[in-house]
Amino acid sequence: MTEQQTIDALNAAYSDLALSEFRGQTRVVVALESIHDVLKTLKEQLGFDLLIDITCVDYLRYRGAKDRFGMVYLLANAETNERITVRTFVNDPEPTVPSMVDLWAGANWLEREVWDMFGIRFSGHPDLRRVLLPDGFESHPLRKDYPLQGRGERHNLPVIRRAEG
Amino acid sequence: MPLTPALQSGDLAHDEPQPYLWTMNVGPQHPATHTTLRLVLKLDGERVVDAMPDIGYLHSGFEKIGEHLDYNQYVTVTDRMNYVSPAANNVAWHHAVERLMGIEVPPRCQYIRMIIAELARIGDHLTCNAAVGLDTGAFTFFMYAFNPRELTLDILEAMCGARFTNSYTRVGGLARDISPEAIRLIREFVAAMPKKLEDAEALLNRNRIFQDRTKGIGVLTKEEAINRCVTGPVGRASGVSRDLRRDEPYLAYSDLDFKVCCATAGDCFARYLVRMAEIRESLKIIEQAVENLPPGPVNVGDDARAILPDKGKVYSTIEGLISHFEMVMTNRGFDVPMEESYAAVEAPNGELGFYLVGDGTNTAYRARCRPPSFINFALFPHLIRGHMLSDVVAVLGSLNIIAAELDR
Amino acid sequence: MAINESIIELPDNVRITVLDKLVSWCRSYSLWPMPFATACCGIELMATGASRTDISRFGAEVFRFSPRQCDLMIVAGRVVMKMMPVLQRIWQQMYEPKWCISMGACASTGGVFDTYSVVQGIDRFIPVDVYVPGCPPRPEQLIQSIIDLQTKIRAEDTMFGREFDAPTRQQAKRALQR
Repeated sequence: MTEQQTIDALNAAYSDLALSEFRGQTRVVVALESIHDVLKTLKEQLGFDLLIDITCVDYLRYRGAKDRFGMVYLLANAETNERITVRTFVNDPEPTVPSMVDLWAGANWLEREVWDMFGIRFSGHPDLRRVLLPDGFESHPLRKDYPLQGRGERHNLPVIRRAEG
Repeated sequence: MPLTPALQSGDLAHDEPQPYLWTMNVGPQHPATHTTLRLVLKLDGERVVDAMPDIGYLHSGFEKIGEHLDYNQYVTVTDRMNYVSPAANNVAWHHAVERLMGIEVPPRCQYIRMIIAELARIGDHLTCNAAVGLDTGAFTFFMYAFNPRELTLDILEAMCGARFTNSYTRVGGLARDISPEAIRLIREFVAAMPKKLEDAEALLNRNRIFQDRTKGIGVLTKEEAINRCVTGPVGRASGVSRDLRRDEPYLAYSDLDFKVCCATAGDCFARYLVRMAEIRESLKIIEQAVENLPPGPVNVGDDARAILPDKGKVYSTIEGLISHFEMVMTNRGFDVPMEESYAAVEAPNGELGFYLVGDGTNTAYRARCRPPSFINFALFPHLIRGHMLSDVVAVLGSLNIIAAELDR
Repeated sequence: MAINESIIELPDNVRITVLDKLVSWCRSYSLWPMPFATACCGIELMATGASRTDISRFGAEVFRFSPRQCDLMIVAGRVVMKMMPVLQRIWQQMYEPKWCISMGACASTGGVFDTYSVVQGIDRFIPVDVYVPGCPPRPEQLIQSIIDLQTKIRAEDTMFGREFDAPTRQQAKRALQR
């Protein structure tokens, strides 16, 4: 399918999409309720079978932002090498997004990382726990209100002196 | 490291108590030379029933640093991501930044970036296969593979000033042009390398022990590879013949003639062979690039407002002075739109891409690295189920997990 | 140490000089490194062990990965807060006399990574003997640090671990109080 056919098919199936194009990349903004359906359509009917990345952006300090968190799904078509970026927005408190693990098994760890770094819950995820930070860590560091040097967690460890060996 | 209750569930397949299974902890400090990963294995005697990877032992906050450093300062941090092929990460980062800013670098810069990216690829594949050899007991192969790697480090030192952690690229160009000394070293390297590769391959390719340890071990089928988002040599060895250098040509790869190496077996031996074949293709690319290096400037012109102009022009022309002023003053600098974009290159490990959110200033609002090692390591439990304990190192080595890219 | 205590009980004002020097000389030229390689410096550590700069010329080629068999821990690479307890546990498993080389800027001071998870210098939590600057240090720099450590070992009496009794060695060193 060419890019135009993809766009037309998506526009025909869903009415509330905001399509845009930047530097040759097609971006689609979707409402939170239909994100799972849109990705399912893209995967099964339009041939975008490779999930490239799942990530999140915290728009707390962004000029002109209306929602706090933006989820970004990057997809690609393994045969025609087309790419598409699907975005949706979610807000505090208790941001929750449907999980894509039933579509792609590789989404498992990517969503765990988004939970770890941003605190966004994924409903339907089989095993949502921290992947990069220690289990006892309390904050979500990639949020904009968390400082770069942390809040003292990094030096909260026992000291071993020479005599104790 | 005690197993907290949270670790009992999740990837481990069995919930009901089975007293003959025992849990073994591998890592995060372990004899396999793959730095800081931890695996909790559930074993039935010597057979692995399940494996649960535990990562994050090198998580340094790369993505948060990306929100505080300039587009040119952050390239030093990208070096430390996939640290066996730092030049490829530099090329990937500035490819993404230039896509966001809409800058097209001159042809000479494209060819030189291709040369260092392919040198980094050779270094990475040599290190990965050397580590596979070391872990399966072939120490001589490790020495034989590290020797040509020292030659690539010499070339990178002549070009960039540092053996490792090069930070060679800048927005709109490179830190410095290539010197005739470096070109001479590259030509010598390309001439000497095939013989060294043959010597190294003669040790392992038809080695019965190595083949028994890696053939049929850790098989990844094509459908599973696509389902688990695998790209790079691990994917190509399973039949997913996706290579961004051919499919979405960036830099000047469309001018050059090279093959994409694939296999269908999907086991550790196939991954080893794919990597060795890719070293040969990279040598071809470097040879063609060096012989056809176009003349001209290596940085974009001043009107792109991306790179500092030549010092001679700064001191002698008014336009040079103004351009320098515009770049350096704090409230000016790069021309970054308030947009988001993603650009990827074919790094030695897979598709390495950066998703950048620009906010009009010199620092990215969000710099997300799409890490191939992270996605490859998620494959591990699927690959190792049913194999023996001694296959753990072979499979781990063949996936080429670099802990810094895994954890960022 | 139990065997020594049952055979010889030396009072504090007795020193064995030449035997001590011999033992220190032997120990310095047969250091068995424990490579605690976490990041990029780990690759330069591997390159130091490879054939161009050969660490075995200095007697230190035996990279045993078991802490019980080593006496020199080379911490190569950044150590994050999740990894620090592991580092401490491995340090505690090594037998006396033991030394530590902090290789690279990240192990010495945190390096480029002044972030929420990287420990700003392992000497905050582990006693360190030699610091090697560089990001990453060249293999030749690491070899120089091993030579410096060998000089340090030969200058001390290692037989009964007296070098650890000095009060100056009891304080933990800090790079910055933050």
